[in-house]
Amino acid sequence: MSESRNAILGKLRAGRDAHPLTPPESDFAVLRNKRWDGAERLERIKRMMEAVHTEFLETTEADWPTDVQAFLKAQGTRNLLFGPATEAGGRLSAEWAEGGPELIPYADRVETFKERLFDGIDAGITTTLGAIADTGSLIVWPTPEEPRLMSLVPHMHLALLRADALYDTFWQAMTENRWADGMPTNALLISGPSKTADIEQTLAYGVHGPKRLVVVVIR
Amino acid sequence: MGESSINFAKASSAALQDQQLRGNFRRAMDGLMSKRAVQFADTAEWNGVRALGASVRLRALSKLPELLEKLEANCTKNGIQVHWASTTDEANAIVLSIMQRVNAKLVVKGKSMVSEEMHLNAFLEKRGIECLESDLGEYIVQLDEAMPSHIIMPAIHMNTKQIAHLFKQKIKEAEYTEDVAQLTDLARRVLRKKFATADVGISGVNMAVAETGTLCLVENEGNGRMSTTVPPVHIAVMGLEKVVEKLEDVPPVISLLTRSATAQPITTYVNMISSPRKAGEKDGPDEIHLVILDNGRSGIYADEELRNTLRCIRCGACMNHCPVYTKVGGHAYQAPYPGPIGSILMPQVEGLEKRGELPHACTMCNACVEICPVKIPIVEIMGRLRSEAVHPGDAVRGAGSHASKAEAMVWKGWSMTYASPLAYQFATALLAKLGNAAPASLPLLKEWTNVRAKPRFANRTLHALAREKGIPDV
Ligand code: SF4
Repeated sequence: MSESRNAILGKLRAGRDAHPLTPPESDFAVLRNKRWDGAERLERIKRMMEAVHTEFLETTEADWPTDVQAFLKAQGTRNLLFGPATEAGGRLSAEWAEGGPELIPYADRVETFKERLFDGIDAGITTTLGAIADTGSLIVWPTPEEPRLMSLVPHMHLALLRADALYDTFWQAMTENRWADGMPTNALLISGPSKTADIEQTLAYGVHGPKRLVVVVIR
Repeated sequence: MGESSINFAKASSAALQDQQLRGNFRRAMDGLMSKRAVQFADTAEWNGVRALGASVRLRALSKLPELLEKLEANCTKNGIQVHWASTTDEANAIVLSIMQRVNAKLVVKGKSMVSEEMHLNAFLEKRGIECLESDLGEYIVQLDEAMPSHIIMPAIHMNTKQIAHLFKQKIKEAEYTEDVAQLTDLARRVLRKKFATADVGISGVNMAVAETGTLCLVENEGNGRMSTTVPPVHIAVMGLEKVVEKLEDVPPVISLLTRSATAQPITTYVNMISSPRKAGEKDGPDEIHLVILDNGRSGIYADEELRNTLRCIRCGACMNHCPVYTKVGGHAYQAPYPGPIGSILMPQVEGLEKRGELPHACTMCNACVEICPVKIPIVEIMGRLRSEAVHPGDAVRGAGSHASKAEAMVWKGWSMTYASPLAYQFATALLAKLGNAAPASLPLLKEWTNVRAKPRFANRTLHALAREKGIPDV
């Protein structure tokens, strides 16, 4: 195997050294110049994400757990998967009123409840690191407290977005926050519910991932 | 032409007779082209991001061996195990050995063109491992026991009715329906069970970042995330050209890719994977393997001009805009990569003996070059490969294999005639007198005349007419 490695690298090196290549300068101005001002950013994010069937729930720092619960109750959602060890998770468990959808903690390794996860969970809620105006995308970095499958397997994904955590472009978000210094196990951009156009170019939502994406905007 | 040569001409004339197929393609391609144009309506922005994308790809190619080493080092540091394969056989063997070690019986696959290049499904199935495509288009094509006909939309050649019949026939619990939402939901239910129980997930890689050891995948369905998160083992396969230098190189390439491919500002998911499950994390695979495949690419890389083929980001836009592809569809190419990019890549990967016909599946109209987001000079490479096919040389495997004595003689005669005024006068006078008597069925003429009227020779040459007007011959 390492024989192939050395053969491949040797061949590449010989090929390149025989005909070196001088690439043109990479000019990122086209990304750097994409700017929207404060209010415009959120407007644009909403417009772009709604165009691909994302729903928005407007709320406040004080009320979001109650508002989320009321929303889910109205939808007839039976249960909500959440990360109990996050700050948001703490608020959910503390402020969740009796009689709402059941709160299910993602507290153990997935192997311990895979079947239930795939079969018996209606919704999952996660935080986000913000959103991107250029493309209408949420930035999600799963953590041990908020594992990867929470935003993928449940039929509905609720994502908490602070209205002041907005970026112009994906490039701005990663350069300003120096992502290159340390990438997490998994980093995601999520720009809508799961979709496909593989059957005769007809758009259909909810093919493998969530059928609904609800962005909970906290002001 | 060698025995194993693939007959594009025959397959394409069959495809041209298929009105259903032509209708399916025409509709889809028209829609894709007009939607893409909207995405790039701002010409200054298009020029800027396109130049940036091309520079990112060229910079990566300029340091390719170093970046691959860096990618390997950073992946390894992150806990991703890196494997190198010179050939598809070797890549298949690597994948199989991982499967056997973990005793895998069921594999779910995200979309991967390299695995098509490897014929991985057939290889694993022969060894008793079930290999399930999970991208809806790939799933449809797999149920139909066919090949993808487009690199982005594998089932584009089928319409809803055909897919409805296929599902009814092949899926046990299926009711017949032509409702796309219901068909999609059926696939969801079938595949969810498979994601939950699969032993291994296989994916491709849209880009691998040397700087951070990160694998980037873009997709809309979530099957890619499922395949790379749920099974305990994830194997990613990539062509060695897929590396980029820096993390900040990713956004422009993704922007070009998703807008060119499906006219979306971005796909639903951009999935960046940098490590297997760490201590304390509750999900994600325990093992990630990255298989880096050469399969002829290092040979392509050695040639200054052909090397540009490796810039490709596999957006498929060149297919959608190609007057040949949009008429004959993807299957006529009988290759994992059809259309313009396939016509230049396949001959270089599999050799001109087998694929020498493909560079001729081109009208040289330049439509692909104008829309290629990373500015690959596709048509120039097409011309180069046509010439390689008839001139023995060592730049491309099978160079010279399509040389024909008859053709060489015709060209030689032509150039001799044009080099001597006397021979030229004699030949044109002769054709003016006798040319029309030549039967349309003459061997070389037949290629032209079997679908077109035979051109008529004027009975006086241009020179003769000019002389009459008092314009002297030089
Ligand atoms: S050759 Fe250009 S247009 Fe064609 S798939 Fe590759 S990047 Fe896209």
